[in-house]
Amino acid sequence: MIHSVFAAATEWVSPQIDYHALAPEIILAAGLCIVLLADLFLDESRKWILSSLAGFTLLGAMLPVLTLGLDESSVRSMFDGRYVIDEFSIVMKAMFLIAGYVVVLLSTKHVEEDEYWQGEYWFLLLSSILGMVMMTSSRDLISIFVALEFLSIPAYMLAAWRKRDIKSNEAGMKYFLLGVFASAVMLYGMSLLFGAANSTLLVDLGKSITATGGLSALHALGIVLVIVGFAFKVSAVPFHSWAPDTYEGAPSPITAFLSVASKAAGFVALLTLLLVAFPQASGVWQPFMWVLSALTMTVGNVIALRQTNIVRMMAYSSISQGGFVLMPLAVAGMTEVSASALRSVVVYMLVYAATNLGMFAVIIAVSRKTRSGEISSWGGLFSYAPGLAVLATIFLASLAGIPPLGGWIGKFTAFQSLLSSGTGWGYALALIGAVNSVIAFGYYGTIMREMWMKPVPDGDNTRVGIPGSLSLALAMTVVATLVLGVLPGVATHFGDIARITGAFGG
Amino acid sequence: MEMLRDHNWMLSVGTFLPLLGVLLLLVVPKANEQLIKKVALLTSIATVAVGVWTLFRFDFGNAGTMQFVDEKTWIPLIKSSYYIGLDGISLPLYFLSMVITLLVVIYSLDHIPSPGNPKAFFSLMLVLQTGMAGTFIAQDLILFFVFFELVLLPMYFMIGVWGGENRQYASLKFFLYTMFGSALMLVAFLALFFKTGAESFAIPYLVENGGALAKNVQVWIFAGMFIGFAVKVPMFPFHTWLPDAHTQAPTQGSVILAAILLKLGTYGFVRIAIPVLPEAAKAWAPYIGALAVIGIIYGALGCLAQTDMKRLIAFSSVAHMGFVMLGISTLTSFGMTAAMFGMVAHGLITGMLFFVAGSVKERYHTLEIARLGGILKQMPHLGWILGFSCMASLGLPGLAGFWGEFPAILSAYSPAAGLNETAFRVYMVIAALGTVLAAAYLLWLFQRVAFGEPKPEFAGDGHGHDDHAFHDVNKFEWFAWTPLLIAILVFGVVPNLMFKVLDPAVQVVLTGFKG
Repeated sequence: MIHSVFAAATEWVSPQIDYHALAPEIILAAGLCIVLLADLFLDESRKWILSSLAGFTLLGAMLPVLTLGLDESSVRSMFDGRYVIDEFSIVMKAMFLIAGYVVVLLSTKHVEEDEYWQGEYWFLLLSSILGMVMMTSSRDLISIFVALEFLSIPAYMLAAWRKRDIKSNEAGMKYFLLGVFASAVMLYGMSLLFGAANSTLLVDLGKSITATGGLSALHALGIVLVIVGFAFKVSAVPFHSWAPDTYEGAPSPITAFLSVASKAAGFVALLTLLLVAFPQASGVWQPFMWVLSALTMTVGNVIALRQTNIVRMMAYSSISQGGFVLMPLAVAGMTEVSASALRSVVVYMLVYAATNLGMFAVIIAVSRKTRSGEISSWGGLFSYAPGLAVLATIFLASLAGIPPLGGWIGKFTAFQSLLSSGTGWGYALALIGAVNSVIAFGYYGTIMREMWMKPVPDGDNTRVGIPGSLSLALAMTVVATLVLGVLPGVATHFGDIARITGAFGG
Repeated sequence: MEMLRDHNWMLSVGTFLPLLGVLLLLVVPKANEQLIKKVALLTSIATVAVGVWTLFRFDFGNAGTMQFVDEKTWIPLIKSSYYIGLDGISLPLYFLSMVITLLVVIYSLDHIPSPGNPKAFFSLMLVLQTGMAGTFIAQDLILFFVFFELVLLPMYFMIGVWGGENRQYASLKFFLYTMFGSALMLVAFLALFFKTGAESFAIPYLVENGGALAKNVQVWIFAGMFIGFAVKVPMFPFHTWLPDAHTQAPTQGSVILAAILLKLGTYGFVRIAIPVLPEAAKAWAPYIGALAVIGIIYGALGCLAQTDMKRLIAFSSVAHMGFVMLGISTLTSFGMTAAMFGMVAHGLITGMLFFVAGSVKERYHTLEIARLGGILKQMPHLGWILGFSCMASLGLPGLAGFWGEFPAILSAYSPAAGLNETAFRVYMVIAALGTVLAAAYLLWLFQRVAFGEPKPEFAGDGHGHDDHAFHDVNKFEWFAWTPLLIAILVFGVVPNLMFKVLDPAVQVVLTGFKG
């Protein structure tokens, strides 16, 4: 036994490591260790330093991402193509880091005012973000799975952060059980795929389908199980039932984090799998995606209409937004559409991240005063906090897809790639999407009406105190929402086809 | 087609100037209402000044050509550009939107509806102005769509916050209807884009290439656009949001809605749907004509059944827009020019009627026709202005309303080649009956509201209620209304002022039907 291990060791050659390409991950890993260590030596009154440390870690990790982005040289591929840094992964890494930074801003005061331990909070948050950053580059079943668990396990704990609150416990528990169940299903699917291809490398999976002269039942089953696993992650209907309870019980900044970053990570994995590993199996997953997308946006929307709690409403809203993100994937198997579908998903996620984080920033700010999650507590917000009300209106209108706010360009590109397929299925899904975008206004409008047209409950007109970190988060997100809407060229530039797909095909 | 590249910055300035005003308003403290009003007034005066300058610079001899054309890259990836221009069809509506906004601002100086907050009110109004003006100059479908949607939220809030008792229901209904329409419209735009080769969203490009599409493709794309535009017009049976929205909206909202917003729909037909998809337009025209005359009769009957003055005027809009759509559906230059004239005339006249209704409401605190009476005795100026507007609205020759209605009916006698002549002649007869009904409901309204003695509850000199209850037209109202009254009269006497601008442009729009 030991002998064979040593024998293997002599053959082992250290792989070529591109430290520049790995710098974001290394900085994050170092940062989270520093946060954990610093927590040991800081006394209670100076714990605020931790949130700054977490913030600086994320900004620090942004630097190599920027230099990588500016570096026009070819794609950096490591470990036999299992870990790839291309335009797509750089854009998504930047998104996760910035979204993570906004979540840090949202959390700062929130965590300080709770009486729970701070150090672990920041440590777990950074770990989860590290998992997401790894996910963007993973091109191998194993690394995808490791990244997924890396981002999920801290998230389970963060959801249950307020451990003396029964709702938070429920949130963490549900999220954990269903998440683990999804992982198990996915892992089973991956094992089937490995059996069929004798490799975990995504590119090899794709090759094995062509090599065996078509799709075997083993392939089909494996693909479906893997997709189901990720459908849990992105809370697509009918795999969404954990989301509303988890979102309601988790601390608000974590809800924002889950609904944006964690969800986006699921989409990243889904995109890489579908477009790198299974482009030849589109016959299996296209109809599946079509149904998932139509169901997700419709069911999410219809249930959202009935909600009275704002976080639950945002949970269903985020489910339904996920349906819109999935839309182009229903036709993405066609070679002439896949590029625009990829672009559309990326653009949608960028816009959605900015807008949804902004909306959660407003929710956190408002609940500092109202101490309630009921939509009725938002009555008359415009009369005593016009700034927040206008910001919330901008974010909600963007989520509803009303130009010239960011959300419309996301919806637009999704429609565009559906219609470019020129198939009846594409048109039908576009129509369903169009009708759903109208239904969605029903509940976004409810919040707007509450803010602008209803009286203040109890006549309590005291101002809402907004801490500086929250103001910065609001400013960042509103600027992003407006700029992406008025000059979508900025977003579509990041989602530029040629720059992204060049690497993806490899 | 020779593009006049001279002074192409003017349209952009005229369109976005109101947004500059909004930015200024944002920094003015909420309590300083005088300064807020000044900023809003100066912004809209400046906007109209740019508009007047545009009028001077406009080459009326070439009204059929796009002028002040400006094209900048905007979203290259989806092949949409910031492409704007102005021709004889756009010009009257573009300028009207500026003037109406100014007049509404003047009116609002003295009439901020409850619950107050002029800062927000004027900001929304100016955003609205940018959206309206932008829609009329956009030469790119995506740009058009963005401007078209930009008006939605401000109007939603204007109705929902400053409206009447049932404002929340009305505002939501307004919003959902229009949004539903525009969602389908966007899908239709995209379908058009891909079917024409995914080259460009520019309207001139699509006009060139849209005609070559297969007829059944055209018919389906037209259907999507039709729903989007027909909701906005509104055509029967998509009109049900209109009476609610108009009745609940504050006076300012009603005026803008009637004068400009409804025109976005008809303008869409003339600018986009018909020239781009000529075959589909021919296939759809008889149905559009039928819905238009149903609208005329239905609107008129609806008017006769109303007990509320504002709701009556709202229903009359349905009828009037029916005439406009009838003119458009003939697909002849005669009918379409009449329709364009009708749009402007309706904007002036119905805008005026809503102003009067607002002032009546302010003085009597009711618009219940049965409770009103004897306005001519109590406030002769207001009464006569109402009478003048009613006459104009029913299409009295010599006033602007006539030139929109009469030629539209006449044009249905000989629709474009290929359309069913008998059907259109039937429409013509029905529409003519509609004018009789229009006379009936407007005269009846005027008679009940203005003639006779004031009702006992309002019989005093007003001192019983509050001090300025029954003051006749005040100076803000005069300032806001006089331009409209003059325009109604001038365009009634010299309609050629507008016809000569419209006609060449309409000829260009209809080129696809001649060869």
